[in-house]
Amino acid sequence: MDFTIQNNKDTRSGFGEGLLEAGRRNPKVVAFCADLTGSLKMGDFAKEFPERFFQTGIAEANMINMAAGMALSGFVPFTGTFAAFSTGRVYDQIRQSVAYSNKNVKIAASHAGVTLGEDGATHQILEDIGLMKMLPNMTVIVPCDFNQTKNATIAAAEYDGPVYLRFGRPKVPNFTPVDEKFVIGKAQMLQEGTDVTIFACGHLVWKAVQALPILKEMGINAELINIHTIKPLDVEAVLKSVKKTRCVVTAEEHQRNGGLGDSIAQVLATNMPCPMEMVAVNDVFGQSGTPDELLKAYHLDTPDIVEAVKKVVGRKQ
Amino acid sequence: MTINELERIASQVRRDIIRMVHGCQSGHPGGSLGATDIVTALYFDQMQIDSANFRMDGNGEDMFFLSNGHISPMFYSILARRGYFPVKELATFRRLGTRLQGHPTTAEGLPGVRIASGSLGQGLSVAVGAAQAKRLNGDKHLVFVLMGDGEQEEGQIWEAAMYAPAKGVDNLIAIVDYNKKQIDGPTDDVLNLGDLRAKYEAFGWNVLEMSGNNMQAVVNTLKFARENAFQGAPQLILAHTEMGMGVDFMMGTHKWHGSAPNDEQAANALSQLEETLGDY
Repeated sequence: MDFTIQNNKDTRSGFGEGLLEAGRRNPKVVAFCADLTGSLKMGDFAKEFPERFFQTGIAEANMINMAAGMALSGFVPFTGTFAAFSTGRVYDQIRQSVAYSNKNVKIAASHAGVTLGEDGATHQILEDIGLMKMLPNMTVIVPCDFNQTKNATIAAAEYDGPVYLRFGRPKVPNFTPVDEKFVIGKAQMLQEGTDVTIFACGHLVWKAVQALPILKEMGINAELINIHTIKPLDVEAVLKSVKKTRCVVTAEEHQRNGGLGDSIAQVLATNMPCPMEMVAVNDVFGQSGTPDELLKAYHLDTPDIVEAVKKVVGRKQ
Repeated sequence: MTINELERIASQVRRDIIRMVHGCQSGHPGGSLGATDIVTALYFDQMQIDSANFRMDGNGEDMFFLSNGHISPMFYSILARRGYFPVKELATFRRLGTRLQGHPTTAEGLPGVRIASGSLGQGLSVAVGAAQAKRLNGDKHLVFVLMGDGEQEEGQIWEAAMYAPAKGVDNLIAIVDYNKKQIDGPTDDVLNLGDLRAKYEAFGWNVLEMSGNNMQAVVNTLKFARENAFQGAPQLILAHTEMGMGVDFMMGTHKWHGSAPNDEQAANALSQLEETLGDY
């Protein structure tokens, strides 16, 4: 993979562009938003397809169920609000009317994790991946940059079934190929290696990319895999890599409980036990600060990934 | 269909409810009996539906959603009697492996059910979404939803109640099964609903009221609502019903909300309900 930074862009803008493109490709794509059109970058879709855009006001529960009702008739509804209000606030609505009823609703969740920044812990949800992956029928996607979020949004629209699509607020390096076909459930090999496998998702993928040259200097040849689909997990890719490297670091902007690391650990514990470290938030809430400050404060930064790799490689020997 | 024919169907539905709940010693007979006349009138007279060829998308036909899913015995009986699935399947209600789950679901593929319900407060929103889909499709059919009165205590109801008039969703007819009772007792004691009519009117709904256990009144009101659809506002029917209607000892109390009759009680109840279409 070419790690050249094309530009710095927010993943939510990738969603906005992807939604517009999905809407152009399929007249059945509709969108609901609970008073966060600007934040979710849904304005272009709303402008081009006003009859297919539904402003719900600040009423997330109603939004989720209306989307389920509209999905019945063959529409492909996206709902848009912050990740905190896309999951915890509407868990029962999603559980009964989307997941259990298996409706073709795409839950687009922005401002996930501590990188939401200054608004603080009320809005910085770190439990959403866990909440969503526990639901049968639910697909959970966490793309890593602008291009991938755009492509994942298009893929979600083409997929038939409930999807939770998680992305974020800050501008981050955009490095994955433009218009690369996003395959749901297929892990993305970013760098082949032999000594350790780093499984990362979302904003932490770039943090892990930055760890690669540092590790190389230390004589550690790391493999980096982007698990952009938490569920269904690409078990085959996980086991294939770990069979070779025999130790694992996971990196995510989420609680340890219920996150990517937890999913990987489940696969390894039952198939291929090996040393493992998790770079994740450990059972605390976030706080106000800049995204960069918060990533450092909660040990979600490149040096934390490097430390975790050193530790896990040491445990292997 | 004549009023007498509808009443005869309702009598059989009530027998089915008693027999289903008695059969598995579980379920919600009180509300089921109370709402029977309304949903019978919808499915056998007022709704334009194709029960022989159930389509999940509901395109080109009227759609019904049961928001208070616990009155599933009534819903299942009417779906079966209307031809959505074999009547004999009613005997499987709430038993392991059944398509007739305790609360309606889609997971088992029961024809006639389009979305799960049971966790209260969601059905009105679903119906609004389905109604908006019909508008987008240029489908001039209607969406009906039945809610409980206790369910009006859920906050989400009022999110949907605010949304539908604001967005002019006028192909929607919502019905409140206003029996004034819920599990813990009279709604007046549990959480007084206040002036429900004034509340919906203040939100912008056209509100009708009817005696929900008088078949003639039910048919007339539903017909009136049908004729007054597409006038710019959603319609709400406050259906004054009696929980347990048709079985004397189940009426006037909330005690049969979620209790099954024993053998003797079931026999007593069935003796009060004429078998008109043949028991399953």
